[in-house]
Amino acid sequence: MIPHLTGRINFVNTNKERAMKKTGELLMGKDPFEEILMGNEAVVRAMIETGTKVAASYPGSPTPEMAAAILSIPEDQRPFYFEFSVNEKTATEVAFGAALNGNLSCAFFKSVGLNVALDSFVQLSLMNITGGMVVVLGDDPGANSSQNEQDNRNIYKMSRVAVLEPASPKEAYEYYKHAAALAVKEQTIVVLRLTTHVCHARQKIRFSAYENSVPARTNFNQANGPYIALTAMALDMKRKSVQKLKRAGQYIKQTGLNKEITSKNSRKKGIITSGLTFLSVLDVLELSSYQPDILKLGAVNPLEENIILSFLNSHEEVLILEELDDILELQIKALAYDHGMKTKLKGKTEDEDFVGEYTPDKTMDKLAALWPDMVTQYPLPPALPFPVPQRPAQMCPGCGHRSAFFAIKKALEKEDVTVADIGCHTLGYMPPYEMGEILLCMGASTGMASGLSLFNDKKRVVAFLGDSTFFHAGLPGLINTIFNRHNITLILMENGTTAMTGHQDHAGSVIPVENLLKGLGIESILSCDTYNQSKLTELVKTSLGIKGISVVIAKHPCMLKFTRQKRKQPGFIRTHVDIDPQLCNQTHDCVERFGCPTFIRKPGGSVSTHPDLCIGDGSCRQTCPEKAVVFGKEAK
Amino acid sequence: MKPFNIYIIGVGGQGIGLLSQALLRGIDHAGINAIAVDTHGLAQRGGIVVSQIRCGDPVHSPLILKNNADLVLGMEIHEALRGASLALKKGGALVFLDVSWQPLPVRLGQSPEITREDVIRACGAVRAIPIRVETGTLSDTRMQNMALLGAVSKHGLIPGVDKAHFDAALEDLLSGDMLKKNRAVFDTWFEEGE
Repeated sequence: MIPHLTGRINFVNTNKERAMKKTGELLMGKDPFEEILMGNEAVVRAMIETGTKVAASYPGSPTPEMAAAILSIPEDQRPFYFEFSVNEKTATEVAFGAALNGNLSCAFFKSVGLNVALDSFVQLSLMNITGGMVVVLGDDPGANSSQNEQDNRNIYKMSRVAVLEPASPKEAYEYYKHAAALAVKEQTIVVLRLTTHVCHARQKIRFSAYENSVPARTNFNQANGPYIALTAMALDMKRKSVQKLKRAGQYIKQTGLNKEITSKNSRKKGIITSGLTFLSVLDVLELSSYQPDILKLGAVNPLEENIILSFLNSHEEVLILEELDDILELQIKALAYDHGMKTKLKGKTEDEDFVGEYTPDKTMDKLAALWPDMVTQYPLPPALPFPVPQRPAQMCPGCGHRSAFFAIKKALEKEDVTVADIGCHTLGYMPPYEMGEILLCMGASTGMASGLSLFNDKKRVVAFLGDSTFFHAGLPGLINTIFNRHNITLILMENGTTAMTGHQDHAGSVIPVENLLKGLGIESILSCDTYNQSKLTELVKTSLGIKGISVVIAKHPCMLKFTRQKRKQPGFIRTHVDIDPQLCNQTHDCVERFGCPTFIRKPGGSVSTHPDLCIGDGSCRQTCPEKAVVFGKEAK
Repeated sequence: MKPFNIYIIGVGGQGIGLLSQALLRGIDHAGINAIAVDTHGLAQRGGIVVSQIRCGDPVHSPLILKNNADLVLGMEIHEALRGASLALKKGGALVFLDVSWQPLPVRLGQSPEITREDVIRACGAVRAIPIRVETGTLSDTRMQNMALLGAVSKHGLIPGVDKAHFDAALEDLLSGDMLKKNRAVFDTWFEEGE
């Protein structure tokens, strides 16, 4: 498995230099066409075909390629308005507001983004959303790029929303169109639930024609409401939402989103499943001696009771196979109980059944444990006689955060407490820096640091926060720190972009971070470029001596973005650093303490640099006590 | 065509995305059914990145069962060995770039560096064919992915997929100078690669 790392992480294919040519043109094609696209891209074509008029998002894996696909269409040709909102809650509100004007709207973001959006999201089913609204949510079973693998299906029940769950890019395209049709018909919100490997899968899809863009509407009318859910009105609105969800159930039934796949030799066994797990089941059944029938649920909320009851009725034993939580299982068991069904129902039995993605491997193990006579497991080759070293993720060569952590570490005492936040700088917890000891979620560092600072005279408390996160969810925590006079030092890691998810723009390009901090009345705001390591060390030392809130802005542009831009400029010359063997005393500060991946440790202890990795920024040169790190040309 | 699974593993920044798309489109140009997925660690240079392609019939999920890849492409020595260990099928083939991007434990002196001999030995243990790709002469190492594609094509490792199919795939994906440069590398390693 790929090592897990907490954060909002970019998908490897967003490298704009190598983006598939003409993605924008393709997506805007008028005639039907067939093309290989990623799940996320296919959804954007569905947005265009359905006349979606407004889309809003905050970047986060597994959905940022939807935004990349939208941005590949030149703005003047784009048939809808798109924005990166400041966070997922705002994105939801923008899409909702636009839908009240009569426009079909869409908000999309990652799994944990729903936690941020939730306060607004739970209200939406109470509202008469005249234009209709689709929320595309990317859950992340396996926590490939998130701080947890939360199952957002838990939230849909409470929020009373219809949820469609595709298994493949092709279905993602088709189901968005169903979701949009249902949302428009019932003037409501519908969720399209994607998971990481549906978002990022690629396959050939047959797309329909696209006529013309629909006109923008501005016809909000209070009479379409009520839109204010106060006290007793909230209950009446809830009654309506219950009715709406029932009607959504009718739509699901009529459109045949839930399908039974029957086999000639099922032996009266059946499997109820959904999403990508369905495809895992199909792969395992290719290797099986008999094939249970399958009920594939395309809609996971509300459940289509009749089709489930009929499936249970025609089988002696049914396995409910779902990754993450036992949402379907508990509902189906309750349904079976209510109808006095005699079918043997199987579901989750082990703790591990609740953990991780139901890959074909995990599905095979689960099916083999339940029906050992069915699954043909093939022998695995012997394990290697020696381990392959782990490859934890790390900051890029030249990353300003590396210089920052190297310098900040020198200003701290061993007992000081450092609090992390989400972003590339979360990687500071890795050796050799080991800074940022606690992490919850976006924008949580200042709040946690404030709590840690209470009754704490000996240990100084430092919070880290990135600039995009500062605007996303960092402000309330910081204002609380100021308001309640907590004693912390905030180090604002400003790289001028939302780096981890692929360099999306953020509000800092319009509202300078420093102006905002000054406006909040913070008296001690120090700032320097992180490449000026000795100055940064001094600034952090000074800041730690100040009682109350103090801020150090540790600035340096994201060097991945910067280098990519620089490479495109005419006359670009690649530079790199070398180790001067005459000067090198093998103190290993470069490779062990600064830790840029460019440095290579050779057998015997000598050090060299990797020409493929080094970007020639030279930020490492000041870390060598012998001054043995020299620019390439100087070594010659 | 019966199912054929390709597992590609490398380090973020090595161009796995383009390689994976070129393979997928090449397979499609050959008229073979396929589904792929790019699972990945991180965009940052330094994390492990993985792409999986499943082609032929019947294939369903884009994810390959453990040690069930007919072809493993390792873009770096350590990752080639990891790919062999996680994905390679008995009697399959492993094509690897003979380059090393040392992972952190190696740089910190906590683990020994993996060598090409380790990779070749691992292939021997599962009777798989190791194919080493040398790219020392390549001026822009960002195009190592094309050298790997050249080797895959040269050895005809994906049944039914020829050089012309990959040429067409590259034309779909790239244009102008970028296409020219990448194709030059692809052609060179198709014709002369080891």
